[in-house]
Amino acid sequence: MDFFDRFAIPHPSPAIYASMVAIGLTMIAVLAGLTYFKKWGYLWREWLTTVDHKRIGIMYLISALLMLFRGGVDAIMLRAQLATPDAKLLDAQHYNEIFSTHGVVMILFMAMPFIMALMNFVVPLQIGARDVAFPRLNALSFWLFFMGAMLFNISFVIGGSPDAGWTSYFPLAGNEFSESVGTNYYMIAIQIAGIGTLMTGINFMTTILKMRAPGMTLMKMPMFTWSSLVANVIIVFAFPVLTVALAMGTMDRLFGTNFFTTDNGGMDMLWANLFWVWGHPEVYILILPAFGIYSEIISTFARRNLYGYKSMVFSMVIIAGYSFLVWAHHFFTMGQGALTNSIFSITTMAIAVPTGVKIFNWLFTLWKGKIEITTPMLYAILFIPLFTIGGVTGVMLAMSAADYQYHNTMFLVAHFHNVIIPGVVFAMLAGLTYYWPKMFGFMLNEKLGKWAAWLLSIGFLLAFMPMYITGLDGQARRMYTYSESTGYGPLNMVSFIGALIMAVGFAVIVYNIYYSIRYASRDISADPWDARTLEWATHTPVPEYNFAVVPQVNSIEAYWDSKKKGQVLFKDKYEKIHMPNSSGVPFIMGCIFFAWGFSFVFGLWVPLILTTIGIFVCMALRSFEKDHGHYISVEEVEETETKLRGAK
Amino acid sequence: MKELFPAKQVMGFVFSLILTAVALLVYFMDMSFELGMTVLLVTAFIQAGLQLVVFMHAGESEDKAAIYTNVYYGLFIALVTIFGTLLCMIWGYI
Repeated sequence: MDFFDRFAIPHPSPAIYASMVAIGLTMIAVLAGLTYFKKWGYLWREWLTTVDHKRIGIMYLISALLMLFRGGVDAIMLRAQLATPDAKLLDAQHYNEIFSTHGVVMILFMAMPFIMALMNFVVPLQIGARDVAFPRLNALSFWLFFMGAMLFNISFVIGGSPDAGWTSYFPLAGNEFSESVGTNYYMIAIQIAGIGTLMTGINFMTTILKMRAPGMTLMKMPMFTWSSLVANVIIVFAFPVLTVALAMGTMDRLFGTNFFTTDNGGMDMLWANLFWVWGHPEVYILILPAFGIYSEIISTFARRNLYGYKSMVFSMVIIAGYSFLVWAHHFFTMGQGALTNSIFSITTMAIAVPTGVKIFNWLFTLWKGKIEITTPMLYAILFIPLFTIGGVTGVMLAMSAADYQYHNTMFLVAHFHNVIIPGVVFAMLAGLTYYWPKMFGFMLNEKLGKWAAWLLSIGFLLAFMPMYITGLDGQARRMYTYSESTGYGPLNMVSFIGALIMAVGFAVIVYNIYYSIRYASRDISADPWDARTLEWATHTPVPEYNFAVVPQVNSIEAYWDSKKKGQVLFKDKYEKIHMPNSSGVPFIMGCIFFAWGFSFVFGLWVPLILTTIGIFVCMALRSFEKDHGHYISVEEVEETETKLRGAK
Repeated sequence: MKELFPAKQVMGFVFSLILTAVALLVYFMDMSFELGMTVLLVTAFIQAGLQLVVFMHAGESEDKAAIYTNVYYGLFIALVTIFGTLLCMIWGYI
């Protein structure tokens, strides 16, 4: 039985045992349900083996929503523990594990796939392409992300969760202070998901640079595509640093190297340095596509073209450059001198300038627009003031001298939630509502959608504004409890109430999806928002090949001009369409990667070697495979097009 | 005959051999650590550039602009990361 001891939870509690049972029952229910309804074949043919960017997008979306739920439950537990002084709900170890997984899940397994979901679904449609440049690589990206996320998520029932924070700083994350396999999970799961993300970056960069419709020059691309291009460039240049840092961390933990140890010439703070060389660009990878979504939504519902298109593009390019020049502001207190801190202080403040340009451009787009407050627009309008508060407190944190006061307090926690929730999460929810009809053929209920937006905003303000005050009063982040005499109690209770209101907001979104599936009208046009860009020019549901005829573009808002100025988008006749074949290899490779990661986490060397061989066999098979895709005949295209037109 | 002879590639090959030989000197000669590292870094960067331009045809397709922009951007970020790290961890550290 010694062998199995390593899989035991080092620090168990009844809640974890209950979760184990719940996970087991859910898996049995899913497997039984699939068998009972005879859906295995459907699942395999239509989803697991698909290389269609739209379906991959939807799978990313489902994963992101599931992870949002998991990260949200973590958040509620954290706030419940802090709601009252000297609370006994969680002990220190559980609190550490929960805030660590909350951070990793929300950033890497919720926000990232949410962005990937919208990018996958929207970008090829927006540039008039039939798929991404490397469809099978895209499927592999998804499965690597998914398996990485699942590997990370089983940590709390098998072997123990990571507990060194989402930043996992050494020496705390080293073997000496983190004895359980938790941090191995962190290193390996993020590594697997990160490789997937890196491949997505390469894939979308190539897609956007090479596969635009004829006539769509770079400066005629829709804003979301521009923001995706810039974000993917950042991915390609930032993620390798994470890959290397994680590999070094893994070797420190499993092979006894001394990269980040405190003796034998190791340099523990080098981890923090490398982590943030990746970590700061990462926040721009998240926020730029969010900005792109807001740009689309604001110009659609202000019924105006986007103000300052060129300055929007240039500000994003400048942000992308700056994002690599500011990382040391995450550790101003680490011990560098005034000169180093001043340099990074100045670059950090400078990044507020292009961001400000974007805020003003949105305001000028709204100015004199015929604003229509739909749910996505409501999110966008709530975003502008809320995000600006986060931006201003960011500039406060950027001042390195003052940062000695703010560092590692709740003030910082309030700041980054203040940019990420209104910035990224609101954008993703707005994008979800905006693109829902294109994805699923019906609209989400507007009334429920607006309720959710208001609940989230009010809950957000109640949850995070008090943290600015307690932070300035000295409440440290990551402390699992505090005494009553500190006086933090009442404000933390307000935070907890805010968190609960946000939870209600998310419940309303889930109910909205359920309600709309049951009652929403399926009789909608392909362009229900009266939008401006190419993704609305094709049918709903979008046919496999996206566009029967490749559109010809000669303005920034090609679809709007085709509606209002009579430009002709589709000039050519139907021709046979070349499409990629589905493949099971990405999914199988993902499964092998999962087993590989699991073996690595526990140091099971024989399965590790076998799975490594399996991965290389998959790649070799791909190299020797002759797969030329398939053609959709003209008759078939005609048939589909007639049917879809009839459905309108 | 002149059009058929790949002069550029042959020259490139000879040059890359020379670079390799120079890099090998670091092993065979008794250099100081600083000098050795300088020689290695300089020859490595030239070698990488040579491979990219001459043998991987970076400048010979219609994507020339995109390829070079990427290379220069990557170079910029690599240098910023290395020198920024040195600044944080060694030069600026008290």
